[in-house]
Amino acid sequence: MGKGIVHLLRQARRGQLLEVRATTLHPMETGQRLDSLGRPLARDIVRRIECRWGNDLVFAADLFPAVAANPYVSFFVVANTSAVVTVRWRGDNGFEHQEAVSVEVL
Amino acid sequence: MRLWLKLAALALLVCTATATATAFTQQNTPPAAPVDNRRSGLLDMSPATQALQRDDTLNPAWLWLQDGERTFATDCARCHSVAAMGGVATRYPAFDAILGKPVTLAGRINQCRLRHLKTNALPIESAELLGLETFVAQQSRGLPIAPPADPRLTPWREQGRTLFAQRFGQLGLSCAQCHDQHAGGRLAGSTIPQGHPNAYPLYRLEWQGLGSLQRRLRNCMTGVRAEPFADGADEWTALSLHLMQRAAGMAIETPGVRP
Amino acid sequence: MNPRRALLVAGVGSLLIRPARATVPALQQAVAAFTGGVPVGSGGQRVLLQIEPLVDNGNAVPVMVTVPSPMTAADHVRRIAVFAEHNPQPEVIVFELGPHNGRAQVGTRLRLATSQQVLAVAQFSDGTFWQHALDVVVTLAACIEI
Repeated sequence: MGKGIVHLLRQARRGQLLEVRATTLHPMETGQRLDSLGRPLARDIVRRIECRWGNDLVFAADLFPAVAANPYVSFFVVANTSAVVTVRWRGDNGFEHQEAVSVEVL
Repeated sequence: MRLWLKLAALALLVCTATATATAFTQQNTPPAAPVDNRRSGLLDMSPATQALQRDDTLNPAWLWLQDGERTFATDCARCHSVAAMGGVATRYPAFDAILGKPVTLAGRINQCRLRHLKTNALPIESAELLGLETFVAQQSRGLPIAPPADPRLTPWREQGRTLFAQRFGQLGLSCAQCHDQHAGGRLAGSTIPQGHPNAYPLYRLEWQGLGSLQRRLRNCMTGVRAEPFADGADEWTALSLHLMQRAAGMAIETPGVRP
Repeated sequence: MNPRRALLVAGVGSLLIRPARATVPALQQAVAAFTGGVPVGSGGQRVLLQIEPLVDNGNAVPVMVTVPSPMTAADHVRRIAVFAEHNPQPEVIVFELGPHNGRAQVGTRLRLATSQQVLAVAQFSDGTFWQHALDVVVTLAACIEI
């Protein structure tokens, strides 16, 4: 069970440019670090972030180990119609988390 | 009367008048206000890192803080309103009469859980305890640190002051040497901050997570190659007391962000 | 000569033997994989990478990439990739965009293992690629935790 925060205006005019800021709790273990016995700690990262406006994919990102822990992304999206905006994070070891924000477009 | 006598008398009169006037002025002019050189560690960071703290939508600490808010609503709200939490963090550590010693805010939260909620204490540095502590402290954001004038705290505060000036570890350094004498200087490319406790718990980039003042002080001790005090040891509380007094009047910034 | 000295000479000798072909730096390979071999243009302010020149801590370095573009169906940014030259793996993140984004401006926080060049490459809808690179200095944190 993950944790995430999505910042996005809940109300907008049609055609308004909105900034989305999304972050999730995740250590982003790079696979480079060694444990106390010198064995590499297995890579465990968030691999992909997708944002959907309703059913339409409006943003995606492929992440590599060099993204900082508790990965944060920001991007823009044009307000289209009222919809539930979802941000979904997926990663290694079956990691999956989703946050949904209802946006009313006037 | 001879001219020189007149002149002498005049000179004497002028001198006396001036002296009196000066003495009068000195007596009645308030002394120059002492300069407050204290400075939050926030200002020692680059603008990009400062932005992480200043903007709540960028600050990673909220990942824990929002959980703290939920826990407060489930557990603490039976007795405490969120509004009443304003100012609480400015007054801690405070003396706990039942324990007979001062406790930190995290310690007080755990005492509440044990005594009033009749439930488990949360482990030190656990996400749950940190989230709660951060939520409560954040209600004091912007308020000045106000250490209580409780005489029972005095011996503890004095112990904290002694610890602050004491040399530790293989490197034989005291807190005061870096954070009083060399604050503003540089250590390994970073600016040495004055070391105030006003932003705790905070998100430390080095930890890639949220942590308490005790955890940071622990890093300092291992940094000088000293054996740190045990978890929850009284020494941490004593040091916290001294640090809060040293920062009295400075604004709480919780949840902070630091390198 | 004694056995230890002979071993030392042999060891030094092996260091002097170079591979027949110089290895392509990992960064160049990663960028070529992203562009599919299409050459990348620089300058002209087609891409703006923003990152602090001296970071507080290499664990979390805020970065922003802005690509001026009308973001219309006919003319928009398709992908923005960020690379770190001397990280164990140069790829950091690849953003996928389209006209629905309205503005090609993306941000994230990276980890930088050491002082190095950070590179942003943007792919336009006309198939061209443009880049912007900046040098970043990373120093070790003081008072790390054990």
